Order: sequence, then structure tokens, then C-alpha cells
Amino acid sequence: MDVAKDLFRYLEKIPGGQLIITSTDAIFNWGRANSLWYMLFGLKCCAIEGIMAAGASRFDLDRFGMIFRASPRQSDLMIVAGTVTAKMAPRLKKLYEQMSEPRYVLAMGSCAITGGAFYYDSYSAVKGVDNLIPVDVYVPGCPPRPEAVIEGFMKLQAKIKKESILKR
Amino acid sequence: MSEEKKIAAAELLIECRKLQATYDYLPFMTAIDYPEKNIIELVYRLQSTATNETLMLKVELPRDKAEVSSLISVWPAADWHEREVYDMFGVKFIGHPDLRRILLPPDWQGYPLLKDYTDPNMIKKPVTI
Repeated sequence: MDVAKDLFRYLEKIPGGQLIITSTDAIFNWGRANSLWYMLFGLKCCAIEGIMAAGASRFDLDRFGMIFRASPRQSDLMIVAGTVTAKMAPRLKKLYEQMSEPRYVLAMGSCAITGGAFYYDSYSAVKGVDNLIPVDVYVPGCPPRPEAVIEGFMKLQAKIKKESILKR
Repeated sequence: MSEEKKIAAAELLIECRKLQATYDYLPFMTAIDYPEKNIIELVYRLQSTATNETLMLKVELPRDKAEVSSLISVWPAADWHEREVYDMFGVKFIGHPDLRRILLPPDWQGYPLLKDYTDPNMIKKPVTI
């Protein structure tokens, strides 16, 4: 049990007592990093790799404690999987605002990062989702394989573990 | 093999009422912009569900006054196709009951599939030789 081992690293037992002490940051970050519930929100073809394939049994996001939620109010992570169009931009922003803190964004694929194949001569594609909302992790690829997305989630977990509750 | 037929814009509705007896299904319609010829060409694809025959109807409209009668009364399937052509090319369909934008936001300015469409957010592809 990696998770349990991880937890005991943060906890200190007082000898002979019933109390355990830890730093608040450590226990909060441990909890947040290992329960990244992601929003069931796919924009385009990247959703098949990043949300459906990565979430299904072969790649199995459950082992990271990641479960999809159908509501932005219950989710911590938004995977922007695909091209953001000018019409979708206000809705994406609204969904991001409906998520409760702490919230994280993973921009998946070239389209979400820069506009990708729709960068030139496109009237509707938003050139990068970071024009709309702050992005924590970028995963390049067209589309990225589920392994690459999982690497992105691990990078995000590493980022979360360095955070402090005083700053956020 | 599908046949091709060119029709004048004024006769479209009358002609299509006649064609309806053979071709009972309108699977597809779209438009093409030709700025050098100063026309917008509408393309209707008709199909007969009984014999599987197909026919391609082409209608040329002047670019500065792109108006044609709506075919909803003949094939109700024309509804959303005509709205899309209006959305992308600005062709006015006379007699359409609900002619408004279908894909783009309602406050969009201009018709993006016209060849001379410009937008401040659009980045021109650099030409490489």
C-alpha cells in the first residue's frame, strides 16, 4: 500500500500517547494530491484518450484516487481535452468558476495549449486555453497517449505536494 | 453516378416542387464562394429512397445580393441546412420561418466561410516557398 506508506511518512506518533502530529500542509496536500476528482468534461477527440481511455480499466485512473464527477461543484481538476472554440469559451470559463477551490487545470493536447492545427486561418478556435483560465500542467501531443496524460497527473500531484495552504 | 443540373435562382422552388415526386429526400446542401466569378453557388443533393437515384442541383447567386427561396415547404430537412448556409455564407432564404445563426454565437459579426472574411483574432498562415 503505497498510499498508506506515504501517509505514515507525514505522521509522527508521540511515544506512549494516543496523539499523532503532522504539519497541516503535509496532511492537506497528501489528501488533495491523492483524491483529484476530475470533471467529466471533454471538448473533442482528446477526451477519448485523456478521459475515457485513461479512466477505463487498462490505464485505470482509480489507482490515483481519481474518479470522474459529473458536476463542477464536486470536482478538483478540469481536463481541457480539445479545441476551445469562441462559442465554448464563456461556458468553459463558467464551469471553471463553478469549481470550488482548490481547483486545478490540465491543458491536454496541442489544441488546448496553443490552438494546434487550428492556429492559422481559423475564425473560431481560441489560441490556447491559458488565455481564459490559469493552467497548471500542459500535456503536449495530438492527442497525447493515456500514459502521457498520467505523467501529467503525476506532475500535478508533485506540484500539489509543494503547495502551502497559506498561499492558496 | 449522380446527374448534375443547373437551375436559375428564380425557378428553384417551382422546379423543386416537380422534382419532389422523384426525389423525396434531401440529404445534404451546402454553398461554395467564388469571389473571382462574383457568385455563391448553392449545391443541393437530392436522393430517391425508392430507386436510390441521386441528383445534384446547382444554383448560382450573385455575391452582393445572395437571396433565394427556402425549400422547407418541399423538404423539411432543408431547415437546419439553410440556417447553416446563412450562418456561414450569409445567404438569405426567403420564406424560412426561423432564419438565425445555428453554429456561431448569436452576436457574431460577418460570415466566416466567405473567402474575403477577416477577423482580428485570425492569424494568417505564413507562406513558405
